Amino acid sequence: MDRKRRTMDGSGIRQALSMMNERGSGEGAGYVAYGIYPDYRDCYALHVFFDNIRENKKVVDATLEQWGTIEHDEAIPTYDQPNLRAVHTPWRYFFKPDPSLALPGSATPEDEIVSALVMRVNAARCGALIVSSGKNLGVFKAGGWPEDVADFYRIEDYEGYTWLAHNRYPTNTPGWWGGAHPFNLLGWSVVHNGEITSYGTNRRYIESFGYTCTMFTDTEVVAYLIDLLMRRHGLDVDLAVRALAPPFWEEIDRMPEAEQEWNRALRLTYASAMMNGPFAIVAADADTMVGFTDRSKLRPMVVGECADRLYISSEEAAIRAMEPRVESITMPAAGEPVIGRVAP
Amino acid sequence: MSTVAKRVVIDGKGVHYTPLNQQIRKAVKDGAEEIVISNVLGQRFIGDGLRGNATIHVYGVPGGDLAIFMSGPTIIVHGNAEHAPGNTMDAGKVVIHGNAGDAVAHSMRGGKVFVRGDIGYRGGIHMKQYEAQCPILVVGGSAQTFLGEYMAGGLLIVLGLNGPVRARDIGSGIHGGEIVIRGDVDAACLATGARKVPLADEDRRRIAPVIREFAGDFGLDPEPLVNAEYTRIIPASARPFVGKYTWE
Repeated sequence: MDRKRRTMDGSGIRQALSMMNERGSGEGAGYVAYGIYPDYRDCYALHVFFDNIRENKKVVDATLEQWGTIEHDEAIPTYDQPNLRAVHTPWRYFFKPDPSLALPGSATPEDEIVSALVMRVNAARCGALIVSSGKNLGVFKAGGWPEDVADFYRIEDYEGYTWLAHNRYPTNTPGWWGGAHPFNLLGWSVVHNGEITSYGTNRRYIESFGYTCTMFTDTEVVAYLIDLLMRRHGLDVDLAVRALAPPFWEEIDRMPEAEQEWNRALRLTYASAMMNGPFAIVAADADTMVGFTDRSKLRPMVVGECADRLYISSEEAAIRAMEPRVESITMPAAGEPVIGRVAP
Repeated sequence: MSTVAKRVVIDGKGVHYTPLNQQIRKAVKDGAEEIVISNVLGQRFIGDGLRGNATIHVYGVPGGDLAIFMSGPTIIVHGNAEHAPGNTMDAGKVVIHGNAGDAVAHSMRGGKVFVRGDIGYRGGIHMKQYEAQCPILVVGGSAQTFLGEYMAGGLLIVLGLNGPVRARDIGSGIHGGEIVIRGDVDAACLATGARKVPLADEDRRRIAPVIREFAGDFGLDPEPLVNAEYTRIIPASARPFVGKYTWE
């Protein structure tokens, strides 16, 4: 993240991610960049994977036109790679929902329409999968190695001020394009190393709020939990992280009384949102980047800083590959969030 | 590369760990006594299974599992190391002038790992010893939580030279070996199966040469460290989890 919103092209993070190819299996990699569509900054940028463009696209076109206006749409430029089979056709829509169609009383009517559309299209399994849906951002992912996915989308042609990237080694669920990280809903995107062993509990909880899990993998729930806690419940990012990865009860017992009270309240309120299992997670929206690990620190997380740039990675080498002059390298404690905010 | 070369320089820039290790092995086979590897960035497994008694200087940040299965050589890292340096190391020595990541000295079975700075979580996890094989991990700075987790043998010393030691749940499941931490350790920081005892004079005599060697490697004054107050943490029993998973 560049806190002054100075943009970086995608070549740097491609290089950084390739340092950690040992952590992947070539079955999924992806990137998300913020600030890449300034000409359509007021539109929701919908990135869609079509199975069959001729059959599936008209269904999505009709759905979007029913709920708003498609300002522009086009194929996402891709470039054939010898080691990547293009099983889907990536497409992007720049979409303006009609807020008058939202349920009355919503604080964020446009977001409500778009998130409902994402859930509906993805759950319908009609050969279209919406993989990102925020403004001025886009997820670029596929089944393949990080460099091949980057070259498939020519990621260096995009200029973003915040980038997340991920190299996947699927362990419990199949490798497929939709299962590659980042996962996104509206403004927030998530990359994750680990397993959410509380997935069942988290999924039941999140589905009770109208989200539908369609990606066959655990990290999807993290994106929806963050959307629920931050956009719909209005928690600050540090509180949201504390709800997802709360201190152990013994730690809460050792806190001063006032702190104990709100920590207990938060943990009890969001008991079913709490994530268990090993994880290191980085999430971002247009203004924020946050990294945090599980409370037992079962996955690595290294933080680097250099002037206005904040880097969070599984390995120091990846940060140094992107920023050889990095000024500080630290390893935050378990559950301790690292939060970067762009200057207003 | 000449077979009489005693010093070999390898440029690690952009070299994958497999050819890098092949170059190191060839240098050792050809009789190199000192190997200098420059521009190291993220390469894992440096010195994997390496034998002999060469000294290898690593400039940069090596990747995880440095010196894994190594048996004999000395690796000196002029920078930070990532996860699990000294993993299942058999003999030899690793000297790290910076910090190191999680699971330092993972399953180590012999030799020494010296880290000047801090280490991450689970330092010394499942270190073990057998007859004459007794691994030693010394940390100059702080160690994080689950220090000495499932430790089965060996000696783990934390000097806390950069401020207080942050570790909690120390010695979770420890059933062999010993953890020695400079200063007092709050009993609340010990995990199941660990107990603290005073450092006896004979213990101090035993660890003094190790501390002197560590101080020598990093240019520290050894005597204040040798004479400091220490807490010694040992297993409360040989089977800390008896009855936890099965009933007898």
